[in-house]
Amino acid sequence: MPVRRLYRVADGRVVAGVSTGVAEHLAVDVLFVRLAFVLLALAGGAGVLAYVGLWLFVPQRPRDPSEPAGRRRADHESLLALAALALGLLLVAHLLGLGAPPGLTWPVLLGGAGLVILWRQADDDQRARWRAAAFRGRGASPWLRTLLGIALVAVGGGLFLAAEGQLRAAREGLIATLVVVAGLALVTGPFWLRTVRELSDERRERIRSQERAELAAHVHDSVLHTLALIQRRAEDPREVQRLARAQERALRTWLYRPRAAHEGTLSAAVERVAAEVEEGHGVPFDVVVVGDCPLDAALGAMLLALREAMVNAAKYAGCATVSVYAEIEPEQVTVFVRDRGPGFDPEAVPTDRMGVRESIAGRMDRNRGRAVIRSSEEGTEVELSMPRSLS
Amino acid sequence: MTAGASGGPGEAGGGAPGGAPGGVPRVVLVDDHRLFRAGVRAELGEAVEVVGEAEDVEQAVAVVTATRPDVVLLDVHLPGGGGAQVPLRVLGDLPDVRFLAVSVSDAADDVIGVIRAGARGYVTKTITGTELAAAVRRVADGDAVFSPRLAGFVLDAFSATSVPPADEELDRLSPREREVMRLIARGYAYKEAARALHISVKTVETHVSAVLRKLQLSNRHELTRWASARRLV
Repeated sequence: MPVRRLYRVADGRVVAGVSTGVAEHLAVDVLFVRLAFVLLALAGGAGVLAYVGLWLFVPQRPRDPSEPAGRRRADHESLLALAALALGLLLVAHLLGLGAPPGLTWPVLLGGAGLVILWRQADDDQRARWRAAAFRGRGASPWLRTLLGIALVAVGGGLFLAAEGQLRAAREGLIATLVVVAGLALVTGPFWLRTVRELSDERRERIRSQERAELAAHVHDSVLHTLALIQRRAEDPREVQRLARAQERALRTWLYRPRAAHEGTLSAAVERVAAEVEEGHGVPFDVVVVGDCPLDAALGAMLLALREAMVNAAKYAGCATVSVYAEIEPEQVTVFVRDRGPGFDPEAVPTDRMGVRESIAGRMDRNRGRAVIRSSEEGTEVELSMPRSLS
Repeated sequence: MTAGASGGPGEAGGGAPGGAPGGVPRVVLVDDHRLFRAGVRAELGEAVEVVGEAEDVEQAVAVVTATRPDVVLLDVHLPGGGGAQVPLRVLGDLPDVRFLAVSVSDAADDVIGVIRAGARGYVTKTITGTELAAAVRRVADGDAVFSPRLAGFVLDAFSATSVPPADEELDRLSPREREVMRLIARGYAYKEAARALHISVKTVETHVSAVLRKLQLSNRHELTRWASARRLV
């Protein structure tokens, strides 16, 4: 059983996602958690300390990549919430008479705002790392926000010193400190740069080796397995061909189809049906699909009719390959199944033969679609068309 | 392209040196798999004369330049820069050499890339020997060879989008061309497509060649995107 861990949430947070995370973990309404923090905050600031502590030590929840992009509060929206919170705290403190001396209000506010920006920035960077692709295109905004945070903290500190009347006295010390810090940065700069570069190199190498391992595992599970089967079945050419085709199809899908982007659409379904019929009857299908659209009930019925047409072609045509062409247009979907078998007379099909009459034509009719069968001694073509629902 | 003065109906027959109407096409096989070359050579048999083989881009350029074949059977995935490099480097000096792309890859950018580099057709490696021989002869005669899959790509790439075409003539398929592409995608041979549309095979070939030209010259954004992913533009 997996251990349930406490996480902060990134989506839908007001300050740092602590309350929502705790509420999710304890399975209680987030309102109660927030109230608890506020009440504790009034008890000598314990709530604030607890909140900050959790912010520091509880990790943010890694984003599940399959999840659709969450509702994330816009930056200005959550900044507004933070400002309101800060203002409220100040007012309460003022009313209770335990507020700082009036000269300190601004330094504390500015410094606090800077700190909040810096900390939230750290959270955002973490998010960005999980969304691997998000690195590019983020532009200067993270840097800008970091600089803004630092500037606010510095101004806050400066104001604090000024308010205390210590600025003059502190100036010499400050300058000395600045010089030492700048010197240290210059001296150790190359070291930091190298460390950062080595870190990113190492990460790249790790990703690469993971990909290699995944590829090796896939090749082992599929291709090597099929090759072994083919060697054992070498005397049965039909079976060997079937194995080879099935493997080729699987590998092709794996190599050229964008992962996950493809499930639940008509083109994927047509190819899946073709693969199944091919697997079952040992006749290769040449599938071409133009355009794509999501599946619905009528298209599901169309797929069943298509499958029946494919099975018929595979069973009775006795030819090398069967062509399947599907075209998805804005108003309708059309599929053609064409074989080069001996052909048959659609009118002469006995009524008790369910295949053509019921499974293909009937199914299409019931869903406002249409089935046309053309057959001659040069082959048979089944044309299925279905208007697309206006949704 | 011949000068306007020489015009007249016999352009395709008289154009290529060595492609005499009676003789078999002279062919160079370019593929990095020796087994595949041997298989193709055996399958084509008497239908063509194989005058050379090559297994990477450098060798292919050298062999084609030396032998001046009618048709080059070109693997799309070739070591040394990809199959598209060969027509790009050869066609400038030898515009009469025809390239037919052969590939196991169905990836649109691969196929479109090599067509845009100058190949006159595309077939998959699973094609039968007789079909391949017919495709070689067709390309040797100066026509274009479209497999159902390539026709599908073309329909996809030229399908109606909100983006207005930059070049009305190159960026759109005519209704007739679209009709021909649909029939090819449905698995019809040129002859069958001609019968279905009540036109001559020659007219079908003209339409297909026109589509090939658009495919090579159009700057439609889909084509550009495919090609630029392969740095071919």
